[in-house]
Amino acid sequence: MVGQDVLFAAQIVDRHGGQASLALRSGSCLAITGASGSGKSTLLRRLADLDPYEGQIHLAGREARTYAPCKWRSSVVYCPAEPAWWAETVAAHFVEYPGDLADRLGLSPDLAGRTAERCSTGERQRLALLRALSRKPAVLLLDEPTAALDPESTAKVEGLLRDNLTAGLGIILVTHDSALADRLGDCRLVLTAAGLQPA
Amino acid sequence: MTPISLTPFDLAAASLLIVVDGLLSVVLGLGLHKQIVVAASRMVIQLLLVGYILKSVFALASPALTLAVLVVMALSAAREVAVRPERRLSRGGNLLIGTISVFVATSLTSMLALLTAIRPEPILDARYVIPLTGIIMGSVLNAASLSMDSLLDAAVQRAAAIEAQLCLGIRFKTAMGPLLRQALRRGMVPIINQMAAAGLVTLPGTMTGQILAGLDPVEAVKYQILLMFLLGGSSGIAALVTTLLTMRWLTDDRERLRLDRLKSHK
Repeated sequence: MVGQDVLFAAQIVDRHGGQASLALRSGSCLAITGASGSGKSTLLRRLADLDPYEGQIHLAGREARTYAPCKWRSSVVYCPAEPAWWAETVAAHFVEYPGDLADRLGLSPDLAGRTAERCSTGERQRLALLRALSRKPAVLLLDEPTAALDPESTAKVEGLLRDNLTAGLGIILVTHDSALADRLGDCRLVLTAAGLQPA
Repeated sequence: MTPISLTPFDLAAASLLIVVDGLLSVVLGLGLHKQIVVAASRMVIQLLLVGYILKSVFALASPALTLAVLVVMALSAAREVAVRPERRLSRGGNLLIGTISVFVATSLTSMLALLTAIRPEPILDARYVIPLTGIIMGSVLNAASLSMDSLLDAAVQRAAAIEAQLCLGIRFKTAMGPLLRQALRRGMVPIINQMAAAGLVTLPGTMTGQILAGLDPVEAVKYQILLMFLLGGSSGIAALVTTLLTMRWLTDDRERLRLDRLKSHK
């Protein structure tokens, strides 16, 4: 169910000096494509307030800078293309390891006790998605979430994302995969030197 | 017991050992002979210069002059703290943090020793204050530079892991916690090792100097114990102040990891 605007970004200056504006509704997915180096990941980093930016970002009508930084980033969670790990075991990256969801994504139960380095790239990508979802964000910023996945795993990830969209999550999806953007995106934009344009 | 006065001939005889080092370098092709000659020459000139300066400062007994010498020493130590780490903070961050660390750690521990254990009259008696502060500064600059080097390097090496935590709403100070503890350990381990080895593996320099100068060994040991406590304390304070300030420099009011505040790696 598509709801009201949850995230609104106005005139975010991109890496080329252009400006990007967007509005995301709860329960909807905004898919952004664009050439490599066009600044898609930079835009996501700015929306997550990981880099300084010019312009305005609002969540549920409140300006980003009025939120405590940790509150903002647990509400607008960025899941980068190459997720990083810091704890001894996979499970230690979660408050509570979501075994049932891991199973749904085709992840073996013994992954929880492994170090992240011993997981495959595809396993790490799905674990990073679960890690981000476990924070129960209002908005999820996904950077190439299925780049390392086979078609079967991609379908499982899509299924999980659809369920979360239905539950009201807003997703901004950055991808080079046009088919994925078509399947998941309620709205498609392309990032160029001139800024965000309708695809 | 009066100290045995050294003649230039005595020093020249000992300097033959440096000549042996140089010959070894030439024979074995180590390429160190030029560095050995320069380092040894610098050491002789610097120490002679300091000896004569200290002699004049002691003779003048001026608190203002003593303070001026201390400030010059502290600024030199701060510069060493700034240049030793492999990475540099922009806007003179290394130097500013080094200066604050050296001043805070040295003044706190020196004042403690001067007001409680040594209590010279007057309190700024150059004969006590300058050597005491100097030896503390040596330890402070080691601890501060090692902990700064460790934190800056770890922040770069583990930037992705730190940001992965920030992305999930984890606070910057929590994400940096392991790096902070590692930097503190790196800053403090040398003095802990020095304390543990004192008397067993090595006879510390101050104690050796005092015994050679004619002081009773037990009295020399007491001074050495006092100094070890001061060095341990000052190292801990220097490492703590340095890591906290360096961590603060690497973030902003939005708790981002600001690696753009590091100059490009040399």
